[in-house]
Amino acid sequence: MDLSMLWYLVPSVVMFACGIYGFITRKNLIAILISLELMLNSADLNFVVFNRYLFPGSMDGMVFTLFAIAIAAAETAIAIAIIINIYRSIGNTDISEINNMKF
Amino acid sequence: MDYSQFGSMIPELIVLGIFMLVFLFDTFSNEKGKKFLTPFTTILFGLGTIAIWLLPADGEMVFGGMYVNDTVTNALKAILNIGVFIVFLQSAKWVESDEVAIRKGEFYELILVTLFGMYLMVSARHFLLFIIGLESASLPLAALVAFNKKHYESHEAAIKYIMTAVFSSAILLAGLSFVYAFSGGSLYFDDIAISIGQGEMSGLLIMALAFVIAGIGFKLSLVPFHLWTADVYQGAPTAITSYLSVISKGAAAVAFFIIFVQCFGSVYSEAWEWMLYAVIILTITVGNLFAIRQKNMKRFMAFSSISQAGYIMLGAIAANGLGLASMLFYIFVYVVSNLGAFAVISTIEENSGKLSMDDYNGLHKTNPWLSFAMTLAMFSLAGIPPFAGFFSKILIFTSVTGTGSWALYMLVLIALINTIISLYYYLLVVKAMWISPEEPKIGSFRSACSSRIALWLCIAGIVFFGIVPYIYQYCYDAVLNSLSFLFLF
Repeated sequence: MDLSMLWYLVPSVVMFACGIYGFITRKNLIAILISLELMLNSADLNFVVFNRYLFPGSMDGMVFTLFAIAIAAAETAIAIAIIINIYRSIGNTDISEINNMKF
Repeated sequence: MDYSQFGSMIPELIVLGIFMLVFLFDTFSNEKGKKFLTPFTTILFGLGTIAIWLLPADGEMVFGGMYVNDTVTNALKAILNIGVFIVFLQSAKWVESDEVAIRKGEFYELILVTLFGMYLMVSARHFLLFIIGLESASLPLAALVAFNKKHYESHEAAIKYIMTAVFSSAILLAGLSFVYAFSGGSLYFDDIAISIGQGEMSGLLIMALAFVIAGIGFKLSLVPFHLWTADVYQGAPTAITSYLSVISKGAAAVAFFIIFVQCFGSVYSEAWEWMLYAVIILTITVGNLFAIRQKNMKRFMAFSSISQAGYIMLGAIAANGLGLASMLFYIFVYVVSNLGAFAVISTIEENSGKLSMDDYNGLHKTNPWLSFAMTLAMFSLAGIPPFAGFFSKILIFTSVTGTGSWALYMLVLIALINTIISLYYYLLVVKAMWISPEEPKIGSFRSACSSRIALWLCIAGIVFFGIVPYIYQYCYDAVLNSLSFLFLF
């Protein structure tokens, strides 16, 4: 079966939109982090699909995706370390309580 | 593989070498030896700075064209190095305090790693290397923002910083994935420029560019991507705040210029001129208006740095060699003026723990020299002649009006009006220090030797950069000699 590029791009866009929606509406830091991962993965998916369909002769997009995954892992590690710090100091990870500084 | 290519990466190798030495020193020294870590790092870094100023940049494309160190990037690296050197000096007392002393090695190592990332970011001519540089510049900064382990504000600032940083890099990556669709299968800046120049304009390209502007705008804290700035600046340790406000902003601004002019220069007027136009107006105005109502000095400097970022981006909208040269000069002047202000703020915070603007009332009675330095820094940031800030503003305005476009004239007019607004709040600090009749709340103290050196360096920069023509000439020559920008003139 021959799928067109659209079959991959639409899920990718949906993932990106879900990520933004989750980032804005979720109250738990871990859930926000998951939403961020969705957005990053959607960008990675885009790279792979464009590479596979538009430029099958080169590997730039695939290699870029590998690096992007590694970077996303590093970001998650640091974010989780900071979330643990937050949890130790206020006892939960609810962003509506992380509001000492505003305006 | 040809290992002689690494010879072109002199600034990176220097910073990496300093990092390795500091790391080894920190790991293998005993209690007694740890006392010498701060002077060791500072002196080593000072020597490295001199080396980067003096060593020539060969401007050769190495690693298949992924990396280039031409005169522009070398000049920017030298400028950033001076800024980091001043940050090291002004934080020398803070890192010896009880809470931080045990971890001071990490402080220096993380700063050196982020500096290395910023070097890669401006030298990259391929999006892969650019993203790696950008991330290695922004991720360790989150750890640095969280450095005050015992202060809750530090954690709150760090979580806000890391979440917005990851969000912005996700948006940047999504934008780049769409740019990749137009690129003809290559992520080199030059190849993308060629494919975009030949192809037709489309809505997707405009959306991709909007994503890329948003992604880099987060790092630059351009409005409307600025909301993290004030909180992070307030919560982070003061040394990190000064580092964030100057060094990472300067590097991101030049990287922005290089990407947009080199990669997307052919769709300047169709795709990104008007976006950047709106963003600059918003950045300068919103930054100014919010700065007026701030009482905390670090928040105040945060909003002032937002509006200064708008002025820096005027060089990018000019999109020519003059724009880049005056941008470099503006960053240099901004480094000394802002770090001068932050040196005073951090000295006062260390000695008295006071951060509010009201606490500065009558400061000249107890600490006349600090008030003097702060006044000069404020005058320079506001652009009062004959200090350096005036000349940097004039040059960046001239570069924009030099393009001859009517719309850009209007932009400069708006920026000028905003300069007058900014005068109001910068002078509020000066008024509090010199004119306010209240009794001083901060006692007289003698600041540490290292922070005094930092202050004198900043004062010398503020006074002399404007009236000594060599500095601007240096930036201009750097742009003129740069091989990759020859097409700009």
